[in-house]
Parts: sequence; structure tokens; C-alpha cells
Amino acid sequence: MVSHFKKVLTSSIVKKQLMGVTGLLLCGFLLSHMLGNCLMYLGPEAFNTYAYTLTSNKLIYVAEAGLLAIFFTHLGLAIRLTIENNIARPVKYYMKQNSGRGSNFASSTMPYTGLIVLIFIVLHLINFKYGPYYTQAYNNVEMRDLYRVMIEHFASPLNVLWYIFAVLSLGIHVSHGFWSAFQSIGFNHPKYNCILKCTSKAFAIFITLGFSAMPIYCFLQGGH
Amino acid sequence: MRNNTVSMNLNLKIWRQKDGKDKGFIEDYRLDGVSPDMSFLEMLDMLNETLIREGKDPVAFDHDCREGICGMCSLMINGQSHGPEAETTTCQLHMRKFKNGDTIVIEPFRAKAFPVLKDLIVDRSAFDEIIAAGGYVSVNTGNAQDANTLPISKINAELSMDAAACIGCGACVASCKNASAMLFVSAKVSQLSLLPQGQIEAEARVQSMVNKMDELGFGNCTNEAECEASCPKGIDISNIARMNREYLTASVKSQE
Repeated sequence: MVSHFKKVLTSSIVKKQLMGVTGLLLCGFLLSHMLGNCLMYLGPEAFNTYAYTLTSNKLIYVAEAGLLAIFFTHLGLAIRLTIENNIARPVKYYMKQNSGRGSNFASSTMPYTGLIVLIFIVLHLINFKYGPYYTQAYNNVEMRDLYRVMIEHFASPLNVLWYIFAVLSLGIHVSHGFWSAFQSIGFNHPKYNCILKCTSKAFAIFITLGFSAMPIYCFLQGGH
Repeated sequence: MRNNTVSMNLNLKIWRQKDGKDKGFIEDYRLDGVSPDMSFLEMLDMLNETLIREGKDPVAFDHDCREGICGMCSLMINGQSHGPEAETTTCQLHMRKFKNGDTIVIEPFRAKAFPVLKDLIVDRSAFDEIIAAGGYVSVNTGNAQDANTLPISKINAELSMDAAACIGCGACVASCKNASAMLFVSAKVSQLSLLPQGQIEAEARVQSMVNKMDELGFGNCTNEAECEASCPKGIDISNIARMNREYLTASVKSQE
């Protein structure tokens, strides 16, 4: 029984399926993170109150633990799969060309775009979650002024450019990953393939544009 | 129809390797007077005749039927398995697809599970091991039955036939950047699981074939579809999705 589960969980197919499912869950996080952050367009009070409401709820620790577990499963599997795939071809080709009928830029750069996103997440947490701590009171409730942290951070055009570059990498990563997750789970049907691939690309574009708009908006505020 | 264009002069860069232990290297050859009507393998025959006349070791390469149906020929031609043409085996690739003065790089299929035996010949018996692990139907089917005695839907019969078109050449593994054998294994799994005779052992089959594939050191699929693009028989990656879901359900339902 235990050996059966071990074999199943370490099989090439289930590893890919776990990769896909955790990836889809992370897509869900991206969507909620982006939509929630859109409250910044309503001004500092709406945004700070949103952040305060989220972080003051004790359930946030459960949610964060879940997110971390999903994230590290995705990351750990990515590292393991990449190493295994390298070992599967010990002698590399003298010349290797793609046919132009199969892989695309997004699919062939998954480990690289993933690495950019990983570096970005670490810096993103340092800059914001563990960044400068200003306080602000609304209706006599004191809370963190995250809005100010954001405006100050994106007053620098370099920060804006790096953010957009990272989010673009994320979009490229997701444009292949979203569809790929369905294929790994076993969902491939001629009737739905087209709509699924289109949804994958549309979701990637939506996420990329949605996240890119935020630093630009902040930058245009001129640091205030 | 005879091609009247003048013969071609080619520069060949060919992988030479004495045996499995040898490190191997790329050797340059010049081959003049190649007819555009020759198949790729006939061009190599011509090179070998020249090498034999010069008292040199001819280039070893796999081939058999030369009709595109046996799955014996292989080769990475200019970095693509079976060359640049879609749904074409190396033996069916003709020199008219190349230009006079071209440099052509010829390498063996490369994967840990496909060790090089000599020059361009690799050992593809890993595929035989996967088949031996479960790629068969063990019920005694007796003599051929009358047509239509077994009810099979037209769609499934066609899908099964499409999967059965796999000739097991290994181009999918060679072209996959991860050296994954998913397309081959999924074609063999699908071909049987879509038919009533194969359904009885479908769950045990998919598990043992996938486990054997993993054990042999093939890589993991990243859904790039280079396998499908380079498959001389046009096997579809929907077979991989079928195998993925069959493996998952079989693992959950397993009595183990």
C-alpha cells in the first residue's frame, strides 16, 4: 500500500499532474491577488483597509501555509523534473532544431521564466510584505500604510521596469502552463482544445496587463 | 518522375563512434555527384561505397524496409529526427529536399535509454522492454472472427487504428528535449485500451508500462508537442492525455 503510493507519487505522470494542479492553484492566487490589488485605484483608504482586513484575520496564517505548501510543491517538483530531464539525455546533440510545428517560445523557456518569477517573488516579499512599515489611521483604526510603500517603491522607473519584466515572464510561463496542466491531468478533447488554448493565452494576457498597470499607475502618481 | 536537375555536392558532418564505450566525434565528409532522386539512406549508401573503396570503415546506420513502415531507420538530420519533412521517415526523405552545397549534420538519436552502439546505430530495445511490460493482450483470441461480431464504435476503432500506426522508431524520444517516451507508450496504451479485447487488462497495462518507462530512465513530458511534430506517423498527443488519465484512475482504483 505504502510502496504503491510512493511509486504512484514518484511516477513521471503523477509528478506532472501535481505540477499542473499546483500551477492551476497558483493561477487562482494570481487572479485573486490581482483583483484585490485593484482596490488601489480607489485610493489609499480602500487599499489599506483591504490589506488590513486580510492580514488581521487569523485564518490568513492557514491560507499562507496552504499557499506556501502549494508553491514549494510546484518549485520542488520543477527542480526535480528539470534535473531528471537533464539526466535523461546525458550526451547532448551537436545540433538540435525544433520542427516549428510543436514547441513554442513559452513552452521551451518554462524553467527560465519560472526562475525569473522565483527571484521576483523573493524580492517582492522583501520590498512589500517585509518592507518599510508606515502606519496610518482610518476611523481611529491604526493600520499599515501599504499604499505609501507601493507609491514610494514605484517612484523609481527601474523598479517599474523590473516589475513589468517579471510579470511578462510570469505571463509567458502561465500561457503554456495553464493549458499544459489540463493536458497533464488528461483533459484533451477535440471539442474543447481550441477554447482551452485560447483561455490559457487570454488568462496570461489578462494577468500580465492587470499586474503591469499597477506599477505604471503608481509611477504616474509621482511618489505621492 | 525523373528529376533532371544536376547532381548535388554535399558537405556531411557525421557522428562517428567505435562502440558504446568510445567518446565519439563529428567527422566531416565531402560527397559529390548525389542525385536529387536518391533517398537519404541511398545517399549514405553512396558515401559508404566510397569509404569502402578507400579502405575506410563505413558509417553504421539502422535501416530495414526502406518503405517507411518498419520503424528501423532513425537519424537526427540537421537537428531534427528523421529530418525536416513532416510525417516522413528518413528512408522516405529524398535528397531533392536539400540544396547543392548544403552542409548536413547527421547524428544518432540521443537518450540515456537509447545508448549508441556504433556510429548512428542506437539500442532501442528499451521500447521492447516497455512492450514486454504490458503492451499486449493476453486473452486467447482464437481464429479471426467474423466481421462486426464485436461491437466497437467507429470513433474508437479509428482512434485505435491511428494509435496503432506507431512504428516504434523512437523519433519522439529523440526530438523531445527531455528524452521522454510518453508519445510511444501512450500510443501503445491507447491502441489496446480503446478496444474491447484490450480493456480487460487496461488498468494493469498502463501502470506496468509507465512504471517500466520510468525505470528505464526516459525523461518527463513537458507538453511541448515536439514528439507529435516529429512523429513520422503523426501520432497525436491526445494519446498522452488519455494515458495520463488512465494512469491516474488506474492508480486510484488499484488493489495494491
